[in-house]
Amino acid sequence: MISTNHNLKPDDQRIVITGIGLTAPNGNSMAEYRESLLSGKSGVSNYEIRYFGETLAGVCDFDVRRHQTRKDARRGTRAGSIGIYCASEAIEHSGIDWENADKSRVGIYIGVTEHGNVETETEVHELRGFDYDTSFWSHHHNPRTVANNPAGEIALNKGVIGPHYTIGAACAAGNAGLIQGTQMLRLNECDVAICGGVSESIHTFGIFAGFASQGALATHDDPTQASRPFDMNRNGIVVAEGGCIYILERLSDALARDANIIGEIVGYAMNTDATDFVLPNSERQAQCVEMALGRAGLATEQIDIVSTHATGTAQGDALECEALRRVFNGHGNTRFNNTKSFIGHSMGAAGALELAGNLAAFDDGVCHATINVDQLDPDCALDGLVTDQPHELGNVEYVLNNSFGMLGINSVLIVKKSIDRE
Amino acid sequence: MAPEEIRTAILEILEDIAPDEDLTALKDDVSFRDQMELDSMDFLDIVMELRKRYKVQIPEEEYGELASMDSTVNYLTPKMADISA
Repeated sequence: MISTNHNLKPDDQRIVITGIGLTAPNGNSMAEYRESLLSGKSGVSNYEIRYFGETLAGVCDFDVRRHQTRKDARRGTRAGSIGIYCASEAIEHSGIDWENADKSRVGIYIGVTEHGNVETETEVHELRGFDYDTSFWSHHHNPRTVANNPAGEIALNKGVIGPHYTIGAACAAGNAGLIQGTQMLRLNECDVAICGGVSESIHTFGIFAGFASQGALATHDDPTQASRPFDMNRNGIVVAEGGCIYILERLSDALARDANIIGEIVGYAMNTDATDFVLPNSERQAQCVEMALGRAGLATEQIDIVSTHATGTAQGDALECEALRRVFNGHGNTRFNNTKSFIGHSMGAAGALELAGNLAAFDDGVCHATINVDQLDPDCALDGLVTDQPHELGNVEYVLNNSFGMLGINSVLIVKKSIDRE
Repeated sequence: MAPEEIRTAILEILEDIAPDEDLTALKDDVSFRDQMELDSMDFLDIVMELRKRYKVQIPEEEYGELASMDSTVNYLTPKMADISA
């Protein structure tokens, strides 16, 4: 038995997941989402956005009115509505007595890839109809576009008076939100962390146009086959919206209220490539994975599932696989999969959503597949890559979640199922 | 626009900015704030929508004229007299 570090920590330094709320293009609850991932159901569909025209996207259809008034939804942003839905579902899932909870001891830490583009584009579009007379510019623009908006809307909706902010971390933001929540709990800055990531990015034409100009926007006659990481015929990213928010607590608090513990965050790491604006660096990615493993006191062969970040770009996928081969090669027990093949790239939500889809394996013991790998790119070959059909593993104890982003930001999170006690 | 048409125009704006409110029993002589959940940003929405839809400019010092339906219609009647409904 290889020793691990996390269970040597005191219970008030051990951080556990006690609730998850999500909306994905193929499911608005953990159960729906997991069923889609196991049955191969894509969430990518045809989509049209002003100026850019027809394209493809992962679109969510959660019920905004479930947790928000029409007026608040109108006043706020799509990212805010996604955040409110996910946070509300996560709180309910956690079983916390929310009405009587001390809201000053709750912190909200939400990862975003970008925020404000949607509202700014809309305002400029509207302004064109008024000959660019800025007296028609909305007084809602600033509260909608401040970078803390999605976290602040959650705070308003849930009555949270502890700290709230967003973490701008490109497409590593979902993991970064969870890491921030973990750190703030360990620092005793809060007792409950509402954390994860959200994305409203499909509502900004700029993200589609930007990827298209970069030669990195996926196209395919069949929308469900457009997102195809690791496949020879992959041709770019499918942009998706979504959100996934977790309730984190210290183990001591979770045990005291007899909470249902979904898993423990036993390791994490973030580092930076410092080599390119967009092109990843496999050496830095490998170092990030190794750092997370080292902090958790884990050997590679203990990881059951690696949830890859791969987005469907030619270079990005190959470089991540190079990093993973460097760390994992020769350890055949670990399985690798990719959630973006189902839902596209949900940007700020990606890390948190992709982790959640794999945490369900703690219950059902199955590694969901990577779909649309019809012809595996040899540069993306990984021992243990699960394609086409789910793979039965039996007991799943550790999930490692990769999430990387532009400007060379890398993040890795490791979650463990069982709560070991000394 | 006649006063009744202005009232309809204001109601349409209120329905947009306060979609959760039931406006069928709105009392014209009572202030909006006493019978609806409206804050300062909502009042700015009324001002903005009048500007966008009817090109009516309302100086900041006259925002108080928009307190109730009656006061709003009275205030806007001369300003919107030449606008067709």
